[in-house]
Amino acid sequence: MTLDLLRFTTAGSVDDGKSTLIGRLLYDAKQVFEDQLEHVARASARRGGEGALDLALLTDGLRAEREQGITIDVAYRYFATAKRRFIIADCPGHQQYTRNMVTGASTADLSVILLDARKGVLEQSKRHAFISALLGIPHLVVAVNKMDLVEHSQERFDELVREFQGFAHKLSASAPTERGRRDIVYIPISALNGDNVVEGSARMPWYEGPTLLDLLEQVEVAYDHPYERPARFPVQWVVRPAGGAGGESHRDYRGYAGQLASGALRQGEEVAVLPSGARTRIAAIDSYDGELAEARAPMSVTLLLEDELDVSRGEIICGPEDAPTVARELEADVCWMSEHPLRAGGRYVVKHTTRGASAIVDELRDMVDVHTLERMDAPPAELSLNDIGRVRLRTSAPLVFDPYARNRRTGSFILVDEASNETVAAGMIAAAGS
Amino acid sequence: MSIEDAIKGDRKEPVLLGRGAPDPGGAMTPRAAGLQLSHLRALESEAIHVMREVAAEFERPVLLFSGGKDSIVLLRLAEKAFRPAPFPFPLMHVDTGHNFPEVIEFRDRRIAELGERLVVASVQESIDKGRVVEETGPRASRNRLQTVTLLDAIAEHGFDAAFGGARRDEERARAKERVFSFRDEFGQWDPKSQRPELWNLYNGRIHKGEHVRVFPLSNWTELDVWEYIDSERLEVPSIYFAHEREVFQRDGMLYAWREGVELINGERVFSETVRYRTVGDMSCTGGVRSQAATLEEVVTEIAATRITERGETRADDRVTEAAMEDRKKAGYF
Repeated sequence: MTLDLLRFTTAGSVDDGKSTLIGRLLYDAKQVFEDQLEHVARASARRGGEGALDLALLTDGLRAEREQGITIDVAYRYFATAKRRFIIADCPGHQQYTRNMVTGASTADLSVILLDARKGVLEQSKRHAFISALLGIPHLVVAVNKMDLVEHSQERFDELVREFQGFAHKLSASAPTERGRRDIVYIPISALNGDNVVEGSARMPWYEGPTLLDLLEQVEVAYDHPYERPARFPVQWVVRPAGGAGGESHRDYRGYAGQLASGALRQGEEVAVLPSGARTRIAAIDSYDGELAEARAPMSVTLLLEDELDVSRGEIICGPEDAPTVARELEADVCWMSEHPLRAGGRYVVKHTTRGASAIVDELRDMVDVHTLERMDAPPAELSLNDIGRVRLRTSAPLVFDPYARNRRTGSFILVDEASNETVAAGMIAAAGS
Repeated sequence: MSIEDAIKGDRKEPVLLGRGAPDPGGAMTPRAAGLQLSHLRALESEAIHVMREVAAEFERPVLLFSGGKDSIVLLRLAEKAFRPAPFPFPLMHVDTGHNFPEVIEFRDRRIAELGERLVVASVQESIDKGRVVEETGPRASRNRLQTVTLLDAIAEHGFDAAFGGARRDEERARAKERVFSFRDEFGQWDPKSQRPELWNLYNGRIHKGEHVRVFPLSNWTELDVWEYIDSERLEVPSIYFAHEREVFQRDGMLYAWREGVELINGERVFSETVRYRTVGDMSCTGGVRSQAATLEEVVTEIAATRITERGETRADDRVTEAAMEDRKKAGYF
């Protein structure tokens, strides 16, 4: 069972051919339009290319990127095959833009990590894999690129796979995924020549696995198993026609609108409303297209409840079993995204599901060493731009959450600076604070 | 409605959702059995979520409605997000005064049907007040002037969030745009310092005088929009379908001839069967030769096209390699 929409992210260092790979996927999937191709041809010629199309130019967006030959910001690309629609979050690989990579990874179900077959597993690639795992991406694809420059050698490929496996072992242990396991697939490719990207490779007959596109078309996403996941419905908006367009027939209408974050809800089912803990039943699941017997993530619907409860935005409607945690103190990993460092005592606005509150960071517990990717035991004095660490925070209102490892939607939050309104952190909840 | 219909997304043949490929497994495969949300319904749900977030977190949102296909989809999404209640925001049209009459007629009829409120911001008024100076010459267009009219209207009404129908697949600079796109008090977009956008947690906090442009269709493609219009059976202005029109050819594009257009370089007016892929100002929006007269035919044509919609039809993007980026930085849609 697969959703016919897959979001994936690519990350890579400047020279390992990420843009060429995306260009190749779009080009071979016949998703490049003639006027875009003309633009690439003109730009290739202007830069003195030797007649060959520089597919990397397909993904240049901003003027400064073209001028400097770099990628500044996450760019979103779209393509489709007969089997699936794809959204690529194309993330820059420079260290200073880690925040963009976290951004791209936050919504992805799959991450493509590029290695240069000549250079091996560089620190940069490890960091990308680490962030993909930290952000809970269930599928990692390690694409060993530039196989044409190592004579399509199986030996070299196997060597790199072993090297990456040694490192990946740590990833799975430290960050399980929503459904328990993370899979890692290794594919030898040449983005330049197209080997194993969309078409297979006659030059690497020893490789028997799927091409990159085959894999992208087949992997499962989190929404594929709604019945295995607990139902979580953050209330977004209360629909009350109150004598407006709805007229007389809707005088008593009080609907709780939102998007199912996970699981499924059925009409007539008993539910709990948190944090109040009130119990009731779902009287109806309403939508513009009529009433539904059942809603599944990620549908946006409106719930009508049997009892008159005063439910408001920010509360979570869930099944009575396997309830989420309600707490005002929590432990979380944060990726810091601001030039102004985080220190103990820092005060921010937290946004979690559909709830906003104030938050105070009481304590910095540890920090990830960006070189070894291991947690340093000594509590850091501060977290600066692009640092990742464990913190303890307190909120002005209780949050209703699941650990991020179990639920990416109800386990994530952002912190916003109260004065500048900048988004300063991506947060992933580990547990209620102790 | 059954759950199968709700998640499959089309009330007709699934072929429209499957990129033309029939499901090889037939009725027994999970997708054909309706167990999965189609990509159109997933995109729809995401857009509805975005609209409700804006309604909940902003004081005075507005929905920019041009009468074009993307904003027609926005209206349907707003119905899905807020009915049976009225929309928690008005609609606004930035009227260049050079619109296709068919589109204005459609706009007024659609809004009357919905029973919602429309604000019209007029470029002509901006000219009359001396806020902008009309371009002159045969290539004069009011495209750039719209930005001032738009920003003035946002300030005048105190709007703090404006929904637009822009999509990331349209153009290079738009591929970098956030769903919640922050604008400073000058209406400027700064692509180099955008707020990171994580999960579906949108940061809508702004200071007074600033605003946010919100793009619920960010992840939709042109084909998605047409498939959605088809699956929802939405009405669109007649100029989207093939029709006979007096046109003249300039810079490789077919422009509608109308009273007052100055012909240059031996251009002549002739009759052609065209349709429009985008709806903009008449002065800078080109038609395409087409025989597609029905929704199905338009979807088929778009699925097969090899040219992007803006590349084929918009003179405003042809000025320089970064024409859209420059206009966006200044506060354009």
